[in-house]
Amino acid sequence: MSDATTTGPVLAADGTPLKKSLSKALRRQKIRALMLIAPLLLFVTVTFILPIGDMLFRSVENEIVSNILPRTVVELDSWDSTSGDLPDEAVYAALAADLLIAVENRTHIKVGIRLNYELSGMTSLFKKTGRVVDDFDPDLTFAEQFIDIRDDWGEVETWQTIQMYSSVYTNGYFVSAIDMRKGPDGLERLPDGQRVYITSMIRTLVMTLAITLLCLIIGYPVAWLLANLPMAKANLLMILVLLPFWTSLLVRTSAWKVLLQKQGVINDVLVWIGIISDDSRLAMINNQAGTIITMTHILLPFMILPLYSVMKGIPPTYLRAAKSLGATNWTAFWRVYFPQSVPGIGAGAILVFILSVGYYITPELVGGPSGKFLSNWIAEFVLARPNWGLAAALGAILLGLVMFLYVLYDKIVGIDNVKLG
Amino acid sequence: MSKLPPYTTTGQRVWHYTFLTICGFIFFFLIFPIMVIVPLSFNAQDFFTFTPEMLAFKAEGYSLKHYEDFFGDADWQRAMWMSIKIAPVATILAVTFGTLAAVGLSQSHVPFRGVIMAILISPMIVPLIISAMGMYFFYSKIGIQGTYWGVVLAHAVLGIPFVIITVTATLVGFDHSLTRASANMGAGPVRTFFKVQMPLILPGVISGGLFAFITSFDEVVVTKFVGSAAQTTLPWRMFTGLREQISPTILAVATLLVVISICLLTTLELLRRRSERLRGMSPG
Repeated sequence: MSDATTTGPVLAADGTPLKKSLSKALRRQKIRALMLIAPLLLFVTVTFILPIGDMLFRSVENEIVSNILPRTVVELDSWDSTSGDLPDEAVYAALAADLLIAVENRTHIKVGIRLNYELSGMTSLFKKTGRVVDDFDPDLTFAEQFIDIRDDWGEVETWQTIQMYSSVYTNGYFVSAIDMRKGPDGLERLPDGQRVYITSMIRTLVMTLAITLLCLIIGYPVAWLLANLPMAKANLLMILVLLPFWTSLLVRTSAWKVLLQKQGVINDVLVWIGIISDDSRLAMINNQAGTIITMTHILLPFMILPLYSVMKGIPPTYLRAAKSLGATNWTAFWRVYFPQSVPGIGAGAILVFILSVGYYITPELVGGPSGKFLSNWIAEFVLARPNWGLAAALGAILLGLVMFLYVLYDKIVGIDNVKLG
Repeated sequence: MSKLPPYTTTGQRVWHYTFLTICGFIFFFLIFPIMVIVPLSFNAQDFFTFTPEMLAFKAEGYSLKHYEDFFGDADWQRAMWMSIKIAPVATILAVTFGTLAAVGLSQSHVPFRGVIMAILISPMIVPLIISAMGMYFFYSKIGIQGTYWGVVLAHAVLGIPFVIITVTATLVGFDHSLTRASANMGAGPVRTFFKVQMPLILPGVISGGLFAFITSFDEVVVTKFVGSAAQTTLPWRMFTGLREQISPTILAVATLLVVISICLLTTLELLRRRSERLRGMSPG
């Protein structure tokens, strides 16, 4: 013992210095922990992280034009789009050569569809040109023959569009996603009636805020009651909160769809009581009201549960102390109880907001045209009328918003402290 | 709370009862939509509201017609079996990988713990529509879009955060000297895991599994994007039914799903009580 302290480092049983042996053990422990996590990490990366990355990449990727029309893109590079003149013969010749190959691979329509997102009429232009491109007469200029097929080939705008979208990466989808357009002299806003995405984003945010606020107003008293009742009673009432939480989203949406319709139970009751007459039944479905009512009901448990767990930790003696010091009921609540429940409000509100802002099913089923969310546009651009780049750009914007809120949530609550059930 | 002290003023009494009434209304709002579809599903007519016969409690107002529709219709049955085929497999995948990783994450020295946790929890945070879109693009690229396994993998990854959260929560209170004691007595790591650690964290694993199951069983958005018509699950069929032509058969399906939720909730509640009792937190 005494010679270990006087001469050199402490040794482990096998003669290696203790420090070294400890760090070796620590390293082994770390490796073992990582080995346990690795399979899942790999699994989540392949099935989830890569798909999200792929989507983000798609929002800027634009290889199609330069892949299918490589020669045209090179020739067009030197053309000055602001001059007002058409490109020279070399460009037309390059396009003819590119299209010959493209028609053989049947890819010319793809370019047409891609460019049609930016300038309407491009799909039919490429289709029509593709049909006749192998009949070109070598004695005439290509420019003349192209313009002969369709006047659009003689328009500067057509060529401007091709040139603008010939780079491998583009911010074009994001520009469209915020209702702007790339003009020859920089970005310009779309005319008033066509600004659909910004309108939809604002509507999504406003409705989400309304739902969050409603959940807070409705959820706060219930959480307070649950936190202050004796355990046995609170557990019983808790079932009324947890049962909706565990019930399928589709079940709750269909229940509301049935309840709120014109011939539904709620309208029947209102008519029966005599509040409204039979021929002025309320339209509560397929509009914003329908979406807000249904989503408030669906998301309410997500507000009540965090509020409840925070309120459970506030000692009831504080309120009594405040009152015995002369505070009125209201002052005691507002100055003593409420500030302590703010973390719960923050957690619940952010949770409800994050969940609600990306909702798709409920707005689709009960929202009608005026109650649609941004998600509904995304779904439409993936499945119904494909414009995957635009869908990805809208998705990236939504994802950015949610990530920002998630970081905020992590700061307030800590993601490790999420409790379920 | 339930009994007011004798010195309360009339104003306080009024406020107290008003408050209770308001809370009563809110509880009613929470539970009413779910409960009302149960009697409506026994409607003898194809209506979505109570018929006069039903309100008079006459037997002819009620029937099992919509349930017969559900069990007799090939489409609904196929959808039901598809759900039953997908959810358990997705749950097993999520629980196996998730529990293993949660055990790893609960060790005292894990490098990059924060980053790893954020990655594993992310499927729960990213809006479903975005996950669905990303999976649609990527799964098409690797050729599993529109296949059974594509849907199973997508559902499994959505369930993983729940398993991680519940299992790590049970592991927080886990006494690591138990595994050391077991190793000391000559048990290998695998044996220690199954004989010592597993029985203690089982409630967390089961409730995580239930969350994963219900996530998969209820999921529509991702199924709709990743699956093809051959993978139509029960909620997807309901979604189509609600969007196109709503038929009262949906109420029968919804009622059956409510019964399933009640079973799940009861199981979870029993598990929670058991685990609290084991840890001596409450008399149960």
